[in-house]
Formats: sequence, C-alpha cells, structure tokens
Amino acid sequence: MSFAEGKFTAKDIAEKPELFLSGHRACAGCAAPTVLRLVMKATRGPTIVTNATGCMEVSSTIYPYTSWATPWLHTAFETAGSNASGIEAALKILRKKGRIKDEQVDVIAFAGDGGTYDIGIQALSGAVERGHDFLYVLYDNEAYMNTGIQRSGGTPLGASTTTSQAGSVVPGKTERKKPIADIMVAHEMPYVATAAPYYWKDLIQKARKGIEVNGPAFLHVYAPCPRGWRSDTSKSIELSRLAVETCIFPLWEAVNGEFQLSIPSKVIALAPQKKKPVKGYLQTQGRFRHLFTPKNEKILDEIQKQTDRSWNKLLKKCGMTPPAKTAA
Amino acid sequence: MSSKDKGWREISPAGVCWKSSGTYLTGDWKTYTPVRDTEKCTKCLLCTIYCPDGAIHWKKDKGDIEFDLSFCKGCGICANECPTKAITMKIE
Amino acid sequence: MKSAVKQEVHGLNGDEAVALAVKQADVDVVAAYPITPQTIIVEKFSEYVASGEVNTEYVCTESEHSAMAACLAASAVGARTFTATASAGMALMHEMLFVTSGCRAPVVMAVANRALSAPLNIHGDHSDSMAERDSGWIQMYAENAQEVYDSMLQAFRIAEHLDVQLPVMVGLDGFTLSHTLENVQVMLDDVVSRFVGTRQLPNVVTHEGKTVPYKLDPANPMTMGPVALQNYYFEFKRQQEEAMQNALRIIQQIHDEYAELTGRRYGDGLLEQYQLDDAEIAIVCAGSTAGTVKTVIDDLRAGGIKAGLLRIRTFRPFPAIQIAKSLEKAKAVAVMDKSISFGGNGGALFHETRHALYDAHTRPYMVNYVYGLGGRDVSPSQIRGIYEDLRKIMQTKHVDELVKYVGLRE
Repeated sequence: MSFAEGKFTAKDIAEKPELFLSGHRACAGCAAPTVLRLVMKATRGPTIVTNATGCMEVSSTIYPYTSWATPWLHTAFETAGSNASGIEAALKILRKKGRIKDEQVDVIAFAGDGGTYDIGIQALSGAVERGHDFLYVLYDNEAYMNTGIQRSGGTPLGASTTTSQAGSVVPGKTERKKPIADIMVAHEMPYVATAAPYYWKDLIQKARKGIEVNGPAFLHVYAPCPRGWRSDTSKSIELSRLAVETCIFPLWEAVNGEFQLSIPSKVIALAPQKKKPVKGYLQTQGRFRHLFTPKNEKILDEIQKQTDRSWNKLLKKCGMTPPAKTAA
Repeated sequence: MSSKDKGWREISPAGVCWKSSGTYLTGDWKTYTPVRDTEKCTKCLLCTIYCPDGAIHWKKDKGDIEFDLSFCKGCGICANECPTKAITMKIE
Repeated sequence: MKSAVKQEVHGLNGDEAVALAVKQADVDVVAAYPITPQTIIVEKFSEYVASGEVNTEYVCTESEHSAMAACLAASAVGARTFTATASAGMALMHEMLFVTSGCRAPVVMAVANRALSAPLNIHGDHSDSMAERDSGWIQMYAENAQEVYDSMLQAFRIAEHLDVQLPVMVGLDGFTLSHTLENVQVMLDDVVSRFVGTRQLPNVVTHEGKTVPYKLDPANPMTMGPVALQNYYFEFKRQQEEAMQNALRIIQQIHDEYAELTGRRYGDGLLEQYQLDDAEIAIVCAGSTAGTVKTVIDDLRAGGIKAGLLRIRTFRPFPAIQIAKSLEKAKAVAVMDKSISFGGNGGALFHETRHALYDAHTRPYMVNYVYGLGGRDVSPSQIRGIYEDLRKIMQTKHVDELVKYVGLRE
C-alpha cells in the first residue's frame, strides 16, 4: 500500500478507521463530510486538525458532541492559516525542547470557500509565505453556506445566492470565481492540487501527497451543496464528476509550480469529444435556473466561453496543445 | 433546555467536548431509506466511500457491507452512485 | 526590603525590559506583528533569535489578528506563548482576545499603550487596553521600566496558575515607558527560570471519557473551540468570571512571592498606596503618570497638605473592595483617566472606581480628569492644579464639574 503513489484499494480505505465520525449534523447529501472523511483516510499517523468557522466546523462540534477522533481546534473564521501556523510552530519547538514525543505530527487545516477565498485569505497567504509544514484543504461549496447561502469570492458567474440574487434587473452573481488555486501556485509553494470527491482515489492520493510534502500544501476540493445549489441530495457526488467532465473544475496538480493534469481531466484533454457542454451541469442546479431564459442566454454562452478559455490556459500550463476547435 | 444539562461547576473549562457524536443518532432525519439488493451488489465498496455520514460499513469479519440506519440521513448518494443499481431508496 | 538573590543593573527602556523578561522566561512560541511603540520588543527579541540566545519559535505573522490566533493555537498545543502590540494592532486583535480568554489560553501580551485612530496618533494613552476591558484578559499597568520587567515575569505565573488559566496583558505607556531608558534590576537567568517554572496544564474530560491535560495531543484527542448553543455558552462565561475572581488572590500571592525574592513590592500587587493613609485629597490613576503624582505629593506634604495617591496596578480583575477601603477616609478624590468613554460621562477608571465606592459607609467627593490623550504630556503643575481643585471641593463641599479635561486647549 502506498497512498501517495495511488497504490491502495477501496477495501484498504474501507478498513481504515474513521477519524471523522458519524453523527455530525451536516445536511443530508452534503458532499463536504465525504471530502473530510476521505482526507482523514489519507492521514499517515498522529494528526492535529484545525478548522475555520463554517459548515463543517459548526456541524461537527456542537457542544458537548464532537465528530473528531483527532485533536481539533477551532478559533475563528479567518484563522485556519494562522491556527495551523501556531500549531506547527509549537510542535516544532516542543519537540526540539524534548517536552513532547519526538514523532512526526501532521497538521491539517480545513476551511470552506468563505474562510479561504475571502476572510481567511490573508492568514492562508501568510502561512504559506512563511513555509509552515501543513496541508490546507479548501472544501468549496461556492458560497457562505453556513450563514445562509451568501455569495463568496468562490461563487461562480451567474449563480444565484442570497446576496447575489437572480432578479429582474440583476441575473445572479456578475463576477467570476476567484482562481484561488492559481493564486496559491503563484505563492511558489511546494504542492497545489484540485480534487473532486467522485474521484475518491485521486483525492486521497493528493491529500496524502500534500501531507507528505515538506512545507505548505494546498488542496482545493469541490464540495457540491444540495441545499445552496438547489440540487438533488442524491446527486452531490455525481455533480462533482460533471464539474470535472465539463472542465468547469478540472483536476490537476502543481508540484513546485510544474503543472500536471490528473487522469480524469487528462482523458478529456486527449479526447476533446469527451468534454461535456456546461449546460448539462448548470441545468442540474436551481441556483442557475434563471440562466435558462432567453434574456439570460448570453450568460450561459459567457460561462461556456470562460470555461473553455480557462481550460485551454490550463492545457498550455500542462504542456499540452489546446484543441483547434473548442468543444460545443 | 434539558434539565440534564450540567452546571458551570461540573463541566471542564474552555468547552472541551465530552461526548462523541457517535452517540448522536441522525437516522431519524431520513424520509427515504436505502434498500440493498444483495444479488446485484458486487461489494465494490463505493457506497462506503461516498456516504457523507459514514453510515455504510465494510464488515471485514462478515465479508459483507452493513448499513447503519441509525445514522443514515436518506440522502440517496449511495443509490445514485452504485454502479450496478443495487441500492434503491424506499419511503420509510 | 532586601533582595534574596543577586541582581544586576541593566540600562533598559520599557520595550527592552519586556524582551529581556520574555527571553528569560523560556517562552516557546512568539508570534507578533510590529507596531509603534512596541517595535523595539519584536526587534530586540529578533536579535536574541538571530544570535541563538533563545530557544523559541519566532513567527512573524502577517497581522496582529493572525498573531493572536497563532499564539492561541500554539498555547493549545501546550506551548508558553507571548505577543506584543499597541493601539490599532490591539484593536485588530479584538475578536481573538475574546476567543483566547474563552479558550482559557494563558497567553501573555505586552501592550505599549497607545492612542487609537482616528486621527492617527502614535503616542501614549490607555485607549487601546481600556477598549478591551471586557475581553476576559487580566490587565495590569506598570509605572516604570522596572515594574514592566517584574510584571512580565509575574504575568506568566499568574496566567498559567491552575486557578486562573486566563491570558494576561501588561501595559506600559507608549514612548514614556517603552522608549525611555531606565536602570532596571535584572535577576539572573537561573533564578528567573526557577521563579517562572514550566507550564502546568489543567485537566479536562474528553469525548473519549478520559481526564487528561488540556492540550492538543494525538495521544489524547480532544475538541477545542466548539459551538456552544444557548444551553451551555452562559456556563462557560461564568467559569471565566470565577477565574477572574480567583486572580485577585493569585496576583497578590505571586506578587508577594516575587517581592520575597527581589525585595521589590508594588503595594499588595493589585493597588499601590502612596501617602494615602491619612490623605484628605487623593488622586487615582494608572501607569507612568503615577510617578509624576508622587513627586507632587512629596512637595505638597512638605507644605502640610494631606495629599495621597492610589495607583491602580491591576485593572482587571478590578479590586473593588480594596479600592473602596483605600478611599473611604478621603474627603475628595480625583480619578485620572488616560482614555475616554465617549458619551459615558468620563473614563472607565472613573466609572469603575466610583462604582466601587457606591456602597461605602462614607464616600468622598469623586471627580474625573481626562488627560494625556494622544500622548499629551501632563506636568507637575497641572497635577498640583488637580489637588487644588480637590481642596476647593473639600472646603466648599461642592462639585461644579464632574468630568474635566487636563491640558486641553479650549
């Protein structure tokens, strides 16, 4: 079994003890707990977890209950990155002084798009610049879901949220999704990757790579939210697959800045006819319903265009030639 | 407010949680319940991997899958992802 | 009082005294962000780090908010942590101050007390720490660099005491203390080590049903910083208040132990009385201004005027009972506030001191003098003027203005 090399089976995962326990109060069908469960399956030994305020923090630690089998700390909304810095620094010095066991203890910080794109970006950027050894996992449900589906820097173009409502004058969010993973690559950090829970093996492998890397690692994971996206509770994992197949959320890794397409997206790069039109993905979610009116048709086109442009840019970064004709 | 809640002198300071959520049964949330057709099930274990609530277990000693309905919220992800459509969601 | 141990005289300003105390206290993690007039603290400490004189993880965070979060998180792992700030930096940390005390983390912080914006002002007043008096932190104010050094060392013991477990901030007046060179008696490293000791952790009950030391430890996992709904939040706050009340006793205890060692006392550790026993007119104040007041008192006493001073060393927890006892016999008292609570009829020190006297058998006339905002200097003659006002009040038995401003240009 080598997790970082992808040499493990579903059975290996199923037989590993759960570190994120049942009994949490996440919505039925929320993909984020799946993401957390799978990332925790990638741990290799003693681990300390810190969480920013958000869906996963609130739903997993309602006093006196907790769903965490590892040491776990929450302080505030902005502080996933700064908590991780403090924990990592303390572990380093206490180990050096012989006050704690001389063993490797991994640090994982979980935060949503709220605590990462927006209010938490400073602490994340600072922690990465200082080179602390930790894995930062962004579970992205594309809005401030915990406080009632308000728009975030991670909300995509056209999405209707409670603070970027689709009305007769304004058709949902008019700004693009912030390219957070690219921003992290620009930090020249050792490891950045994107993942989706449908591709569980890829996700676990990447989480493990992030843990094993010496220094900061950033994992951007897509986490569909049936409540906020107005999608079916049973489709959350399927939506994460569709997001990859439409190239809205391509899967890649940047090891020391060197981009590499992951297999599910590489398959599409090599066979462009497999690239699905974004319409099929957007149609599954009520937050995009208003785009399917004649008035807003051009936004649909814009989303397709932007997706294609970003996809082609990514292909170039991965050293592949974009197709001569963009997919329909 | 439950009369079983503890007073300020009885609880540890700083809010350290003293109950595992494994004792908080979310199974009564569900409207639909998963039903597995053991004939169709290939034990690929994808359902155990995708379940957000970890309510599906691979029982190594029994060599079989077990659904823990006391935690299952009835989301239907398992049924949707099962490659052989061995799981169907039935009204409780 | 004689010192029980050998001490050396160093020429240090307040900031350097802080840095030296932190160095000697074997702090594990320092996470800080520079801000005038605290910069010398972080720079001096950085020197120690660069020359290998300290065994400390030094994290230059990208803001004060992150500094406090990192200190809290490091403390949660069991480390002894320190940070320093002032003014806007303290204000930026505001949210995290409450979280730190709520998590019962014994973080120690030096505050080079400085005015809050707007307008921007880098000079000394108490508005930064006064604005945080509800944060659940123990708050102390030093009169001189010597007291800064002494209070810093005591702070670690106070914060980490099992009956307290609250963060402590030690205030030193911006520029007046932070940047002014004084002779400071410094203990030797091994004596300090013994006094400060190693951090003890309280025990907590975890979700595994175990009773273990309160720290993030893979061997004994626990969840810190959960959501507490309406049915539990209140109880945690009551626990914090209990710890604050315990601190009144503990601060005195540790101060006395330190006094035995060094021969230096600051009253009883909570309050310092200067010529207060038979004083008819008295000033109440905190910080370096007390030094000026003492000089004025000496002059007045020489002329037969029964003037006295009550210096507030510990503002949180507020030693109300001791304050009431100290001021009961005075005829007229002026509380000097180096900060203001807008719309609140005076400053915080005035409010709380007056509150402490409300139930007293005999109550002096009490008036407020707001002074020194934005580093405005206050002179001995202005203080003499305050005592003059108090004499008039005592004689006429009449107060014309409850709140006055010292040195304000009308």
